[in-house]
Amino acid sequence: MTTHSIDGFDPGPLRNLARWKRAEYAFWLLPVAAYFALGEQLSLLSQIAITALFALSLDLVLGYAGIVSLGHAAFFGIGAYAAGLMAANGWNDPLAGLLGAALIAAAAGFITSFLVLRGSDLTRLMVTLGVALMLFELANKLTRITGGVDGLQGIEMKPLLGMFSFDLYGKTAYIYSVVVLFVLFWIARRIVHSPFGLSLRGIRLNVQRMPALGAPVNARLVGAYTLGAAYAGIAGALLTQTTQFVSIDVLSFSRSAELLLILVLGGTGSLYGALIGTIVFMTAHHLLSGINPQYWQFWLGMLLVLVVLFARDGVMGGLRALGKRLPGAVK
Amino acid sequence: MTVVFDGIASGLLLFLISVGLSVTLGLMNFVNLAHGSFAMLGGYVCVVLLNRHGVPFLAALPIVTAASALAGVVLERTLYRRLYGASHLDQVLFSIGLVFMSISIAHFFFGAQQQPLQLPPMLSGQFNLPGVDVGVYRLFLIVVGVTIAVALQWMIAGTRFGAELRASVDNPRTARGLGIDVERVFVLTFALGSGLAGLGGALGVEMLGLDPEFPVKYIVYFLIVVAVGGSGNIKGSLYASLIIGICDVAGKYYIPQVGAFVIYAVMVVTLIFRPQGLFGRSAAK
Amino acid sequence: MTHALQTSRLVKRFGGFVATSDVTLNVAAGARHALIGPNGAGKTTLINLLTGFLEPTEGTVILKGDDVTRLSQHQRVKRGLARTFQINRLFADMTVLESVTLAVCERRGIGARWWNPVGSHVEAIDEAAALLQQLRLIDVAHHLTKSLAYGRQRLIEIALALAAKPSVLLLDEPAAGVPTSESRELFETIAQLPREVTILLIEHDMDLVFRFADRISVLVGGALVAEDTPDMIARDKRVKEVYLGEALHG
Repeated sequence: MTTHSIDGFDPGPLRNLARWKRAEYAFWLLPVAAYFALGEQLSLLSQIAITALFALSLDLVLGYAGIVSLGHAAFFGIGAYAAGLMAANGWNDPLAGLLGAALIAAAAGFITSFLVLRGSDLTRLMVTLGVALMLFELANKLTRITGGVDGLQGIEMKPLLGMFSFDLYGKTAYIYSVVVLFVLFWIARRIVHSPFGLSLRGIRLNVQRMPALGAPVNARLVGAYTLGAAYAGIAGALLTQTTQFVSIDVLSFSRSAELLLILVLGGTGSLYGALIGTIVFMTAHHLLSGINPQYWQFWLGMLLVLVVLFARDGVMGGLRALGKRLPGAVK
Repeated sequence: MTVVFDGIASGLLLFLISVGLSVTLGLMNFVNLAHGSFAMLGGYVCVVLLNRHGVPFLAALPIVTAASALAGVVLERTLYRRLYGASHLDQVLFSIGLVFMSISIAHFFFGAQQQPLQLPPMLSGQFNLPGVDVGVYRLFLIVVGVTIAVALQWMIAGTRFGAELRASVDNPRTARGLGIDVERVFVLTFALGSGLAGLGGALGVEMLGLDPEFPVKYIVYFLIVVAVGGSGNIKGSLYASLIIGICDVAGKYYIPQVGAFVIYAVMVVTLIFRPQGLFGRSAAK
Repeated sequence: MTHALQTSRLVKRFGGFVATSDVTLNVAAGARHALIGPNGAGKTTLINLLTGFLEPTEGTVILKGDDVTRLSQHQRVKRGLARTFQINRLFADMTVLESVTLAVCERRGIGARWWNPVGSHVEAIDEAAALLQQLRLIDVAHHLTKSLAYGRQRLIEIALALAAKPSVLLLDEPAAGVPTSESRELFETIAQLPREVTILLIEHDMDLVFRFADRISVLVGGALVAEDTPDMIARDKRVKEVYLGEALHG
């Protein structure tokens, strides 16, 4: 079969789909450049990297698997508290913390996926929202464990790999966050280009066709949801470890809503959309709240309305349209 | 008994606010998370009328209702109708955007604090019956709520508009085929829903409080009513509101440490076992 | 004669409405079996019961001798039962090759592999390309599905079903909406499928049915009223009354 070739047919475009493109290499030089150019803003930059990872996790769930979630912060929060509680109880190794948070969040994602996947879009919205709110209430009431509204304090981390301690300037925190983001991005990129990723696209594009191809749709979605939850958990854990604090905010509704905005702003289903959306959003947040912190939310709302009405494909959609005109650009 | 009485009052309040959400969801399949913003608008209009212009409470209520209904019509005509065919995700994002904007606007004009509302003396105080402490204002809420529920039921069951509404909810395409102007039905329903939400918001200042976070704080309650009552189902919304009102008041009274947890759990469990709502029509045709 | 697909006393009720009434259908292995009937006779409902999209109220579905009534759709596909849809159910934003490669990957049981890129599963891509060649779609392999003309999209419907290497293929009005000239071509393609593939066809165009099928079942009001060779069906008085008369003159 492999030697059999068809006249005038080149399978190249599909074979090479997963190859890294030049624009992608260029993109990943950004965090390196930012480290040198914006040395005083490292804590903001770490926040961006962490939020980007969180947005990436939602992109896996929403952009690829097509599962609408209004409560993705649930897994971010679980990861954040898991890492915080581990550290507060003497498990201070950062990487072990990430792993623990990922496993716990993945378990939560796996279990709740069965609730979420039962219904239509609307039911999914409400179930994900309901689950997240229940967790928020839980964290709010279990003051002895979570610190309630005061947050979880007294988190101390061991040096990373036993060598790099978390310094006051946030250098270690930034490099740590970016490296974790990059590694997880690289893994996610492999996954979305694999047959599993292709089947997720298939489910999103035409869910009724998939069983007719012999694909167990629910099993695939459970896998994607669990993966997304694990990613979100790692993002939460990173936030805890780099800020050494867990606020109950990690579970809040507005965190889930903001995340949706970030992803839609960047463009769903392209991985890079999640990253670019985060950069645009966080930068805008930083600048606008510098001018007028109280009314940031107004501009945020306005942006949401405008994006939905006029720019549904987000930044990536715009770039793609641009790329069609400029050969060799981002695809 | 007092708990049940208070629960009924807060349930009816919930019904007033959420019935519009349920109907718009059932009618146009539109997920309007910004529904609570209309209730908040009603609350603020009421507070302004009372505290700054000295309008009596009872006279303010119709004005409040009209103002919210008007806001509903304007937004429906300019923004909402563009998204009727859109995915639920788009509708959710869009309405969350509106919620954020409304929160900021409320913040800008009124600040973050709770708004005080002085009830007229004839509506405050309470009297005691054997076994029940009857708050006068709660009794008033029950009277208003029941009156409106009965009026709505009459309108749905007994008027031409009600018949058109039912037909449109059942099957918009067929309704259109029968010559019903579904668009008009929807504008009117949207106006009615927002108006009632505004009225509920105004009546609720006393019980629910009023601050810029109102639309987010209570959106879950409204969604729960829809989830439990079944979308587009007015009677279902009423029963669901009453159940939730009573559960909520009882829960907070007897087991305050659990808080709102019970209500969220009720919603999730309902959605899992009866996605069409407890009172929704069964899925079989 | 062995049977590829059978139903036994199959019943489907929606509330009070009986969509499928006591249907016992036998499709012989290797047959070119057509299922005809007036609009609303319940043909698509029957297909949906066969594939597991719907669950029957009563009765059983037997695939190659095994009771598959309780199996889900994808499990039946794994056992060799594939279908096309009356209304296109394609992956609009995928290229033609991607769509068919996806289908091939699912059949090969590698649909859940999550590490190596699709592009490295060379055999799957080659198999998909060969299928496209067979259906004369190879020239548009890298085009987006949604950019193709309707007639070619109907061919992708068939390609996706064939990628499952079915032993039984259910074709639900494969030529629906396709201009007559193209539908002849489409049926030629279908007729060239190997004889090991049993075909159950739903089709409105009687010309096509009588030329293609070696066995015809007639469904009216959810019940089978006749089953025979095309010649006998053409002569059957009841069939003429309930169906052919209406189709030919109405």
